[in-house]
Amino acid sequence: MPSAQHVWKADRVTDRPEAFAREIRRIVLEQSKRANVGHIGSALSIADLIAVLYCGVLRGVGTDDPGRDRFVLSKGHAALALYAALHLCGLLSEDELDSFAGDGTLLGTHPERELRGIDFTSGSLGQGLSTACGAALAARLDGSERRVFCLLSDAECNEGSTWEAAMFAGHRRLGNLSAIVDVNGQQALGYTRDVLDLEPLADRWSAFGWDAREVDGHDHEACRAALQEPSLDGRPRVLVARTEFGHGVSFMTSRIEWHYLPLDDEQYRLALAEVAGT
Amino acid sequence: MRGTFVSTLVELATEDERIVLLTADLGFTVVEPFAERFPDRFFNVGVAEQNMVGVATGLAEAGYVPYVYSIATFASLRPYEFIRNGPVHHRLPVRVVGVGGGFDYGTNGPSHHALEDLAVMRVLPGLAVLAPADFEQARAALLAAHALPGPVYFRLGKDDSSRVDGLGGRFRLGRAETIGAGGDVLLVTTGSIARNAVAAAQALAANGVEATVLVVASITPSPTEDLAEALERFDAAVTVEAHYVDGGLGSLVCEVAAEHGLPCRVVRCGVRELEPGRSGSEAYLNETHGLSVEKLVATCTAVASVRERL
Repeated sequence: MPSAQHVWKADRVTDRPEAFAREIRRIVLEQSKRANVGHIGSALSIADLIAVLYCGVLRGVGTDDPGRDRFVLSKGHAALALYAALHLCGLLSEDELDSFAGDGTLLGTHPERELRGIDFTSGSLGQGLSTACGAALAARLDGSERRVFCLLSDAECNEGSTWEAAMFAGHRRLGNLSAIVDVNGQQALGYTRDVLDLEPLADRWSAFGWDAREVDGHDHEACRAALQEPSLDGRPRVLVARTEFGHGVSFMTSRIEWHYLPLDDEQYRLALAEVAGT
Repeated sequence: MRGTFVSTLVELATEDERIVLLTADLGFTVVEPFAERFPDRFFNVGVAEQNMVGVATGLAEAGYVPYVYSIATFASLRPYEFIRNGPVHHRLPVRVVGVGGGFDYGTNGPSHHALEDLAVMRVLPGLAVLAPADFEQARAALLAAHALPGPVYFRLGKDDSSRVDGLGGRFRLGRAETIGAGGDVLLVTTGSIARNAVAAAQALAANGVEATVLVVASITPSPTEDLAEALERFDAAVTVEAHYVDGGLGSLVCEVAAEHGLPCRVVRCGVRELEPGRSGSEAYLNETHGLSVEKLVATCTAVASVRERL
């Protein structure tokens, strides 16, 4: 008979990334409905990427260990997916999660460093990658094995400062830095191809000195492999992760309005039923 | 103060391995002593001030004390939101060093004139804003601020040789330093232009008008008590700053007077409006905007004579 510890380990949701991602989607829907807030589509598009990161890639999650990996959610508007992951990892209680978007909460709709498990405050697009570069440079100076991961939105690549940071990381060969661009193809007022075309996005990152890899952002194995394999010539690595905006909820996919809209009761019922089947 | 900054930083960095220096590709003939002494702790990030502050934020989170260096306008204004959301919101010990307050870079034109930095920096809670008056005070300020756990903005002048008479390199966080004890008029000043304010006070004394000069290098934390105590003793104060009159030292003095209910008139000397397209030497621009010694004497004389008539 396995020990209690083994039973617990076998049941750990972090060992089951598909279930972890499904739980993120459920929590995103529940909490956004409860709080009556939007940014649902953006949070759903990264549920799988967050699941990959929190199910075996990030080391030392939620600890004070200086040697822990650092994670910057540069697309801070998808914070709810991150809170869901922290909850699933046991770092946020149900009550804390239920304070999302409430008065006096540390769980605003953009992440705050004051919250356990969050290393960097974000919310203003175009700032996270620079901070991640600094964290990666610090690890190099320390001679530490810790790594830095930064999740950006595709529209965040409209920001010139993102490319300042990209140039810096490429020039300094920050091989301990991995960026993931959530290419869901949508931004606040339209499709990225119509607002400010980003393509060829992987080529652009390559041109800045990065090891750029195109992946299906919902394919856990592909994403995990791309994050864990050594990068080309010690370059910083970027996953150009093709994702579906609102992934898991059919009526949200590729619909601009779900950048902002909250769910009504009927939509909520339908969405929950759909993500339960993912 | 540029040379003083780097020599003091080398000294601090010898003792404190957490110190790193980042520059946005500025500081020719300035940063070299640090770069040569600590090549692994010196980073020219290129002409990219936003990234520089972001990188510094990441470094500071890991325990480093990054000094980021550029001309005052580029150090403060271009990456302003990065400073706000980075070191300020994260309460991390990043030191933003802006060189060339006011018209230090006069002939370079308005893009290089730092006339807003004190105003925009001092509204950020938890950010120390320090504008030393000469190289001796700059050194004292750098040493005093080094241990601060939160972020700091330094506005430094280019001049590495002139001293402000009577200051003697004194600096205390949250305090003003007093020069003279005259009772006719109070001058309150900050940064390199303090030299003109003190020279004006000396010229006034020759004309029989006795002045007290308060040098406010610690804009934040503000020397509220020192200012209130001085404003209480005078009918009129003249503020002298190489900065727009709104938002900087003049505003700070008005705030203290108002909040303490003090019946002291405040006359703000500083820049009100730029002549479109015009540039010139620092001396020319200070004269144009009423900040030359002669103009300050005239202003103070007028203020003092009003007092006499009351």
